Amino acid sequence: MKKLLNCFSQGRTWIISVPYIWLLLFFFIPFAIVLKISLSESAIAIPPYEDLISYADDVLNIKLNLGNFHFLLQDDLYFLAYLNSLKTAFFATVLCLLVGYPMAYFMARAEASVRNVLLMLVILPSWTSFLIRIYAWIGILKSNGLLNNFLMSIGLIHEPLEILNTNVAVYIGIVYAYLPFMILPLYANLLKMDLSLLEAASDLGCRPWKTFLKVTLPLSKAGIIAGSMLVFIPAVGEFVIPSLLGGANTLMIGKVLWQEFFNNRDWPVASAVAIVMLLLLLVPIALFNRYQAKEAANEAK
Amino acid sequence: MNVATSTATMADSAKRPEQTILQIQQVTKMFGDTKAVNDVSLEIRKGEIFALLGGSGCGKTTLLRMLAGFERPTAGRIILDGQDITALPPYERPINMMFQSYALFPHMSVEQNIAFGLKQDGMTRNQIGDRVAHMLKLVHMSKYARRKPHQLSGGQRQRVALARSLAKHPKLLLLDEPMGALDKKLRTQMQLEVVNIIESVGVTCVMVTHDQEEAMTMAGRLGIMDSGEICQVGSPTEVYEYPNSRLTAEFIGSVNIFEGVVNEQAEDAEELLITSSELECPLELSLNASVSAGMPVAVAVRPEKISVSFERPEQAANWVKGTVSDIAYLGGISTYHVEITGGRRIQCTVANVARSTQDRATWGDEVYLSWDTASGVVLTS
Repeated sequence: MKKLLNCFSQGRTWIISVPYIWLLLFFFIPFAIVLKISLSESAIAIPPYEDLISYADDVLNIKLNLGNFHFLLQDDLYFLAYLNSLKTAFFATVLCLLVGYPMAYFMARAEASVRNVLLMLVILPSWTSFLIRIYAWIGILKSNGLLNNFLMSIGLIHEPLEILNTNVAVYIGIVYAYLPFMILPLYANLLKMDLSLLEAASDLGCRPWKTFLKVTLPLSKAGIIAGSMLVFIPAVGEFVIPSLLGGANTLMIGKVLWQEFFNNRDWPVASAVAIVMLLLLLVPIALFNRYQAKEAANEAK
Repeated sequence: MNVATSTATMADSAKRPEQTILQIQQVTKMFGDTKAVNDVSLEIRKGEIFALLGGSGCGKTTLLRMLAGFERPTAGRIILDGQDITALPPYERPINMMFQSYALFPHMSVEQNIAFGLKQDGMTRNQIGDRVAHMLKLVHMSKYARRKPHQLSGGQRQRVALARSLAKHPKLLLLDEPMGALDKKLRTQMQLEVVNIIESVGVTCVMVTHDQEEAMTMAGRLGIMDSGEICQVGSPTEVYEYPNSRLTAEFIGSVNIFEGVVNEQAEDAEELLITSSELECPLELSLNASVSAGMPVAVAVRPEKISVSFERPEQAANWVKGTVSDIAYLGGISTYHVEITGGRRIQCTVANVARSTQDRATWGDEVYLSWDTASGVVLTS
């Protein structure tokens, strides 16, 4: 019996260790490499940076170069890019929430048979390549694209709107691409809500709109937070959308990182940019975790 | 429905003058092709506790939800205190409901839950505070004012739910399976407590339950429902002792039913004689039903009205001989299952007055079962 139990617990350890090994291999080690590069000095070599540790003449040299981080502080391009990324991600998240909440709400309240169809419709676009879908938006938004042609043909506008290569296009792209990530957690949350609570509110004299504000909205807080995190975090580092839909003056940190890496071939500075971005994102993630831990503790009580 | 009116006249003879507060007039509710509630008319009196009793799917919950306003009747009217509320949305009705699952708002404290309805009325902060404190005291929950619902036990949640539904001084209180979420022991305790609270407030109350014991303990009057219709309305005693149909007789408590035919009888006879093929002797009852000779009827006799003896009873009617085939010993009482000629089993309950079991009939004993003329009830439907 004891042997069986032992065997069982070993099996359990093994299964639990799988995600840890995965995280170690594909998250922690790459992170350590990036951190290492961000502390090295750039050089004309392959790869284009110097090693941190060198051993020559019986001297072990460990050289940590903080200059890359210092450099980020000196040039306000980086600061502005970070700020702009955070701002863009924030407003895109708010827009996703405004568009996604009603969609998730009506999906959750739809009849069971319709519900699954709607869910499929939300997920379906992700079956096409992300890149192709963003390219498609170029065709829609450009001066003689679908949207402008349509608006002009119905006489609403007389000259084409300039949308492509502006921040508006970036917002459209991000909201479009990340909407499912907002809808799905909200939908799951709203679906399991106890509808008798809404009846109780109505029974106690609360009008429908007020019931939504006082009962539905506070109870879907967990879904709102989860959805917002899923949109905000990748949106901060988004590179494809601003470079395809945004203009020359669209400043986002993902784009800056790309340029630093490929155009300037300055791996150490690019790595420093990535590290700082990660540190910035740690703040909302930590807040999210704390909220979840608190909720879990409440449930347990 | 004539059932409702006939029992209403019966109760009119009671001393208290009764004032009707709620009228349900020919209410029907269809879900697709199924009639969940079929032409129900009912009058609820001011200050009473009325229980709708029935099995699952009998339409009692639908009827209650129509009173609350969550369902709109397909036909018929609901009139509360002279006002037609049939088309009013729930948030405009002076009716509050205690939900089966209590439906307490999980993100609000006990206090906030109770204050929720009051805030909708635009009361001042002080008024709300006073009212909440009063309600908490009424249900003995003052200590728990700041707790969240998930920190409370089942019984405590129920008290909060009751306080919340009473806070707004509703004209009508609805209880949906009020004890459904409690375990048996707590249930009996809470039944009496809830009744005490409701009576101290003096609110009219309509409750829905499938538990006859609960209905009989808590309610002043019952309405037995089956397949969307009200079969009988009356006080617990009336419904138990004078069921008007086989259905109510069998739904409330246990009953032995004998099929038979009404005998010819003298005009001035005070007793009714019925011949049943199941019994050797005739059934004799005090006259309590309008029947005519030759009519097929059923006679219901409650188990506790039947006595068990070893000697043949002296009476000419209302007895039968049989063999004890089963005894369910329940402590205070025992239920005997006695097999009579023809294989039919009769149930009778015997109070275990003496501690010794010596004189009691036991398995395989031949016994005589008998009851008196006042015990049987004639059922024509």
